[in-house]
Amino acid sequence: MPEPLIQITDLHKKFDRHNVLSGVNLKINRGESIVVIGQSGCGKSVLLKHLVKLLEPDSGTVVFDGQDISELQGRKLINLRRRYGMLFQSAALFDSLTVAENVGLGLKEERSHSRAEIEAIVNEKLSMVGLSEARDKYPDELSGGMRKRVGLARAIAGDPEVLLYDEPTTGLDPITADMINDLIVELNTGLNVTSVAVTHDMTSAYKIADRIVMLYGGKVEYDGTPEEIKSTSNEIVRQFISGSAVGPIRVG
Amino acid sequence: METGLTTLGRRGVSFISKLGGITLMLAKFIASLKEMHRSIGLIFEQLYVLGVKSLPLIVIISVFVGAVSAWQAAYQFKFIGAPLRYLGQAVGKAVVIELAPVLSAIVFAGRVGAGIAAELGTMRVTEQIDALESMGISPIRYLVMPRVLSCLFMVPFLVVFANFIAIMGGLIVSVVGVDVSSETFLNGFRNSFELGDFINGMIKAAVFGLLIGVVGCYEGFHARGGAQGVGLATTNSVVISSVLILIFNFIFALILFRI
Ligand SMILES: Nc1ncnc2c1ncn2[C@@H]1O[C@H](COP(=O)(O)OP(=O)(O)OP(=O)(O)O)[C@@H](O)[C@H]1O
Ligand SMILES: [Mg+2]
Repeated sequence: MPEPLIQITDLHKKFDRHNVLSGVNLKINRGESIVVIGQSGCGKSVLLKHLVKLLEPDSGTVVFDGQDISELQGRKLINLRRRYGMLFQSAALFDSLTVAENVGLGLKEERSHSRAEIEAIVNEKLSMVGLSEARDKYPDELSGGMRKRVGLARAIAGDPEVLLYDEPTTGLDPITADMINDLIVELNTGLNVTSVAVTHDMTSAYKIADRIVMLYGGKVEYDGTPEEIKSTSNEIVRQFISGSAVGPIRVG
Repeated sequence: METGLTTLGRRGVSFISKLGGITLMLAKFIASLKEMHRSIGLIFEQLYVLGVKSLPLIVIISVFVGAVSAWQAAYQFKFIGAPLRYLGQAVGKAVVIELAPVLSAIVFAGRVGAGIAAELGTMRVTEQIDALESMGISPIRYLVMPRVLSCLFMVPFLVVFANFIAIMGGLIVSVVGVDVSSETFLNGFRNSFELGDFINGMIKAAVFGLLIGVVGCYEGFHARGGAQGVGLATTNSVVISSVLILIFNFIFALILFRI
């Protein structure tokens, strides 16, 4: 059994007095594609942010490639983050920069590429998400779905080893969503990028996941392949994936 | 039930923790200066956006500050029977030592400090600052350093103009309204002018600029919860920097002008 690339152990996080994560354990192997599902507000985005130390746990550890990330500071933390690409749920585009500048910013600040190289990479990534013609627009001139895709192009610009996608297909029409699913699969299988995607879209989850993980009550409630989850007897999971208001999960 | 005293206590604690946070932001700014060469383009952009664009406003307020100080000085002179040939001296000293640095800084806090807090606050609540961090870009180097540095340079730069324009404003009022000739006014100013006063004014201006930049960035970085949070950060930045400017100004007076 190879050592997992990312190992989350007994992660606890609360905001004020509100427990969000209360003992999450998860191992993610190199090259795997994990999909995290769970109710709105259950802490999926919070979990993703812990992977790149945008949030720090109250207790528990995140180990990346053999290194406990809580010990990383300064230069080392920057190097960790550069191995990741992150698509934010809100896209989080820099609104003072054009689409092309957004996508190229990481490369520009890394100072390892020439201007022409950056230009070429930006064009390539934008065409991968189907937005070549939007390159000189500003984020406030884009639709929500277009912003998401720019965020995706920005996340993949540095050819990261691990991609974190926070709801990559939310707000997209079914056809564009499917194109994005294909892209995620292509990056994962073709380039062996490890991916962790949060989604509510079960079609997308079945398509991109090697393993689906369900968060519930601040813990991992379920962890299995798409095939397994479809035939699970776990009532909570069944209610969630069938999208039923009746069952053990209560809303609110 | 919460009594007035506990409220006061809680406010006090939060104010002190704020001062701590502001000091920490200052320390991070200083540490980021060693990477200044990587943000040259951003620094020039901010110098233009924050400084040069503030010039028209500074010019307008300076004319009127100079004008009213000449008028009020003449009015007081009339009461105590002081000769009007000292008008240039009175206006000059007041402008160079206090009025130009303090009022320019307060106006700058309202225009630029508030702008910084609003911009960074928006970036905070829309996760743009998180996004920068996730890309391995230090928001301190990328956002804070260029802005604070620009404030540090631009307030003194603006005060040079403010000095000049305010003296002109005083001169115009003296000639037109008080019937003091321009030679008398300017002689009075020149005879009393000391380079040391001007330099002290510049030092104060630089400190005020630093304060405004750091407070604006601190408030922006700690904005929470949507548009309302950004609004609060903006207001706080103006209130805190204005109060600190006046406190520091008093401390400067005690140190620099011993009676
Ligand atoms: N920075 C923060 N400060 C305070 N509370 C937070 C913060 N971030 C998240 N929370 C809280 O943590 C909980 C989980 O939030 P999170 O964004 O992870 O939900 P989610 O599972 O991603 O939901 P959704 O599917 O709606 O995006 C929520 O109750 C939220 O209010
Ligand atoms: Mg979320």
